[in-house]
Amino acid sequence: MSNEPFERLCGADVGGARPLKPFDGAVLAFLGDLSAALLAHKQARAYPDVVTFGFFCRRAHLEALREEYAGALDSRIGRGVSFHIAPSNVPINFAYSLVSALLAGNACIVKASSRDFEQTRIVCRAISRLLEGEHAALAPYVSVIIYPRERQDITEQLSAACDVRVIWGGDETVRRVRTAPLPPRAVEITFADRYSLLAINAQSVLDMDEARQKRMAQDFYNDTYLSDQNACTSPRLIYWLGAGDTVAQAQERFWQAVHAYAAPRYPMEPVVAVDKLTAACRAAIALPGARFVPMPDNTAVRVEVDALPGEIDAHRCAGGFFVEYAAETLDALIPVVERKYQTLSYIGLDKEALVRFVRENALYGIDRIAPVGHTMDFSLTWDGYDLIRTMSRRILAI
Amino acid sequence: MYDVNELPALPAYEWEHAKKHAFLTRELKELTRFHAEHCPEYARMLAAWGADAEAAGAFEELPFLPVRLFKEYALKSVPQEALNRTMTSSGTTGQQVSRIFLDRETSALQSKVLSRIMSEFIGKQRLPMIILDTSAVIQNRAMFSARGAGILGFSMFARDRMFALDENMRLDAEGLKAFLEKHAGEKIFLFGFTFMIWQHFLAELRKQEWTPDLSNGVLVHGGGWKKLSDRHITTEQFKRELLETCGLTRVHNYYGMVEQTGTIYMECEHGHLHAPVWSDITIRRGGDFSVADVGELGLIQVSSLLPRSYPGHILLTEDEGRILGEDDCPCGRKGKYFEIVGRIKRAEVRGCSDTYEQRTV
Repeated sequence: MSNEPFERLCGADVGGARPLKPFDGAVLAFLGDLSAALLAHKQARAYPDVVTFGFFCRRAHLEALREEYAGALDSRIGRGVSFHIAPSNVPINFAYSLVSALLAGNACIVKASSRDFEQTRIVCRAISRLLEGEHAALAPYVSVIIYPRERQDITEQLSAACDVRVIWGGDETVRRVRTAPLPPRAVEITFADRYSLLAINAQSVLDMDEARQKRMAQDFYNDTYLSDQNACTSPRLIYWLGAGDTVAQAQERFWQAVHAYAAPRYPMEPVVAVDKLTAACRAAIALPGARFVPMPDNTAVRVEVDALPGEIDAHRCAGGFFVEYAAETLDALIPVVERKYQTLSYIGLDKEALVRFVRENALYGIDRIAPVGHTMDFSLTWDGYDLIRTMSRRILAI
Repeated sequence: MYDVNELPALPAYEWEHAKKHAFLTRELKELTRFHAEHCPEYARMLAAWGADAEAAGAFEELPFLPVRLFKEYALKSVPQEALNRTMTSSGTTGQQVSRIFLDRETSALQSKVLSRIMSEFIGKQRLPMIILDTSAVIQNRAMFSARGAGILGFSMFARDRMFALDENMRLDAEGLKAFLEKHAGEKIFLFGFTFMIWQHFLAELRKQEWTPDLSNGVLVHGGGWKKLSDRHITTEQFKRELLETCGLTRVHNYYGMVEQTGTIYMECEHGHLHAPVWSDITIRRGGDFSVADVGELGLIQVSSLLPRSYPGHILLTEDEGRILGEDDCPCGRKGKYFEIVGRIKRAEVRGCSDTYEQRTV
């Protein structure tokens, strides 16, 4: 074991682990206990992302997720060994990737971020305790490791021996990892760079009382500033729906509420203010008619545009930079939504209508439709992939 | 607008706040209008800003462009055929560099103003000059950037010139000895980039255990402290080392950038950087870009009357500093005096996409 080229944070060598049935009882029991351990853990409570993960793994929640498949998994079995490359700057992501593959019935080798995140340590310690104790039978199904991303030789070695490869971390990481060949039968799930937007029914903002506006601001903050507006799900474009006056009033209320909530909470380095000013200047140069909307400070930098050109997604900047467009319908999105578009979050709109909008207009993008505040909620369908089905195989009996 | 030909004749450090501020406001508003009419990209930014240059009561109210834009866009306010030179910043390999487009008028203005500022520190006479750098920097076209341009720019104050370092960055001790003998008893102008002086010139002197007598010299150095502060080397240490190894007492750092060549900010005898009459320093708060108080740390905005062929007259830099005072420096020079604290730090951002740092140094 000691001659392995990487450091193992928890679990054991996965060699020899047989595939499991999706939502296998042993896996559910293990994850249920992991959830209990994390939610009872004093330190873990300081990390909202660990707590959220703990809630996700509750046995009752996992059983509810299984029910959604309504028996459709009965003819399925895991593919074998899954190999995951987690992103370097979202601490808890490795754990969701691991859980998805376990639930699909696979043994998991997960390369976690080599950065020293307390969240990683808390989760890995909890997993270790369970695998060394009553869940020892699952030990060969879990291996969380770290190694420098420059060690392409390790990536090659692990890729050559897996049945499923899951790559997080965006275009550049996908490109790098893909130079390591997979066995002919292996499948791959890639999480590329994405672009997300928020659609707001202007009237609905005006209809909210102050308490609801405040909650809306908090939800919006969680979707954006909480992850430096740099998660793939973070909206960068705000699409206002309504007549001119209504939109203007709604914008005023919305931004007042967001500013009041975000300004005291979001620590912004001067360099981020300069980045956002630079992004605004780029937008002004590229988008005729663009206007900078005055705000009390640099917490939110807003650029209003009169048209949505195809390259609107190039106008982005982390840390509170928003392009805003207003119209009576969503139709201006039809020609611009490309494969890169991921999450469409909404305020005061009907989600079924939004799904219909994507399908009926045959859009290339938009994989997730979520109410404001829930863009980051993890689900077993991500970026348009049904993770359970993709990471398992179906046995057809004629 | 002030007649360009008369600008260089203004007294560099004599006007007090009210006079200088009114003058800069009037001229910078005029330049803002000029660039809006002649540079389409600038006009679009101004329109987005909703800025009405006419309405500005003070130049601090005029829009400022992030200096980084010059790395991404070819911003110019004169027709292509009027351009006679493009200056680039000295970015390390792989980094984007600024491109600054100059016509005859702007380059001439830069030289004249630089010469007026320098004469306040080394006198009006041309002096024998020792360049504390390698001759390769102006011979090698690939290296010819801000460093080469700086050396050439400052060389106009010289009547006899030598490079202290050879192509391999080794001290040319024989050449230096001969040069000092030839100009014994004369005032000597020394010029170099702060880090090169520390890393090569001073290091070579220490290695050779040679202490040439440069007590007749006036050293002007610039290019930033970043690499020295990374090594925890202070101004005091730098000056002490110069005094101990070669008896240099008159040492002037300067702050300046390729985007506003000409209007450099020279360090006086009291260690303060001074804004000359043609330009000014404004410190802005990162949180809301409001103007900071005297003594308060913030982002440095530089405003200069020289950029006419490109819209670089009001720029927000990525440097941090603070105003120390105005019109009352013990050295007697009027105008704002200030200090640079360093480059703003790049924050580590969260997010789903991995970041690939380009480490070039």
